[in-house]
Amino acid sequence: MDPKDLRFTKSHEWIAPDGTVGISDHAQHEITDVVFVELPKTGRAVKAEEACAVVESVKAAFDIYAPVAGTIVATNEEGAKNPGLLNKSPYGEGWLYKIQMTTPADRES
Amino acid sequence: MTLTIQRTPFNFLHKQSGARLVEFAGWEMPVQFESVMAEHRAVRERAGVFDISHMGQVWVTGVGARATLQNLVTNDVSTLPVQRGLYALLCRDDGHVIDDLYIYCLEEERFLVIVNASRASVDIAWMSERLGPETQMMEQPQPAALAVQGPAAPGLIGLLSKEALLLSKNGVADLSLLDMEIVVARTGYTGEDGFELFGPAGHLFPVYEFLMKKGTSAGLVNCGLGARDTLRLEMGYRLYGHELDEDHSALESGLGWAVKLAKPSFIGRDALLKEKAAGSRQRLIGFRLKDRGVPREKCEIHFGGKPVGMVTSGTFSPSLGIGIGMAYVDNALMPKATETASPLTIQIHGRAVPAEIVPLPFYRKREV
Repeated sequence: MDPKDLRFTKSHEWIAPDGTVGISDHAQHEITDVVFVELPKTGRAVKAEEACAVVESVKAAFDIYAPVAGTIVATNEEGAKNPGLLNKSPYGEGWLYKIQMTTPADRES
Repeated sequence: MTLTIQRTPFNFLHKQSGARLVEFAGWEMPVQFESVMAEHRAVRERAGVFDISHMGQVWVTGVGARATLQNLVTNDVSTLPVQRGLYALLCRDDGHVIDDLYIYCLEEERFLVIVNASRASVDIAWMSERLGPETQMMEQPQPAALAVQGPAAPGLIGLLSKEALLLSKNGVADLSLLDMEIVVARTGYTGEDGFELFGPAGHLFPVYEFLMKKGTSAGLVNCGLGARDTLRLEMGYRLYGHELDEDHSALESGLGWAVKLAKPSFIGRDALLKEKAAGSRQRLIGFRLKDRGVPREKCEIHFGGKPVGMVTSGTFSPSLGIGIGMAYVDNALMPKATETASPLTIQIHGRAVPAEIVPLPFYRKREV
């Protein structure tokens, strides 16, 4: 994913036009070595800015907020198994989940 | 007692090298330089240097020094040979822990006591009120300290002092490094071979510069408190404010091996003898998760579905690749005899993650 196609939240998540969500390169750098990722269940409805995933380093746990309201339609199981992908490829293999937006207008919020 | 944040003599160098600094026990300390995982691995595989200048260094000297320490701490100082170090606990009269410390006997009447930064002022006040006759106590002026840890540590320290390599584990000596007198001990808080160096800042500074210059090729890296914590936790070493505090006794913390009840007297002995006879209220356990997740301090621990205790330290173990932790559990709610009879879970973000009790240390170095 090319970062210039992504929209970024103030809390350093990104969302792609297709609803794929991840954390920014800055965020992965701040968190440093990701050792655990907790993903939402597919089918879960989330509100915008709702904490719906957790990314953990050795030192601390970070809540990841939904950039928009919608329904979780896919999660990155490979990323959960291999959390280092979030550091190696925050805009690619290190994505977190895919969200189907409730209203496309939410993206502008 | 000072309200301003304290800085070690190496602080400005940490800033220059881009370390991430945090407040710890009133000190501005590096938590990581590059990454906790990389620093952890460096210590397990090569070598790391830690700035531990925040730790309190207290000299106890005089004809009465040994007797004073023998009365103050749980372990047996009476038999501590010259040039040896000893781990011990400082207890209140009720046997609860004021601090854990290392006592180094440099000469028959000269001991260096290393205490936790977070407890230094409490310890010093407690000890100074309980000095025996002919005993003096003095804080190290302008204290600095470094820990050089890891399999490559002896090679590096050997470049500075051949005598240092003659020290066996827990050995200690006043040695000359780069023409500066430094207390060198073969001790550490990582489970690896290594050395701890104590002295005034002016004496340690050239050593640090030397290590930075010559050590890099041997794989030596700067390490922060983050790696110090994961390394000590893998070894099951207690950390004051987590596994040790004034709410728990020396016996509850599982450090009975450092409590010599056979000593005729020491502060806390009577209470600890009673506790030993009656049984402890709680005990410290080590656990590992059976599923993915990272246990953290204050996570609840459930036994057969009921809360029985609280995690004191938890982390993702870089060496083992799983979540590990220590916790205090209630002996009545989870008797030791039946601790494996019901499922154990750690409550992490509202999720009950299955765990199992494991003996400490979590990590054992493979014999080469």
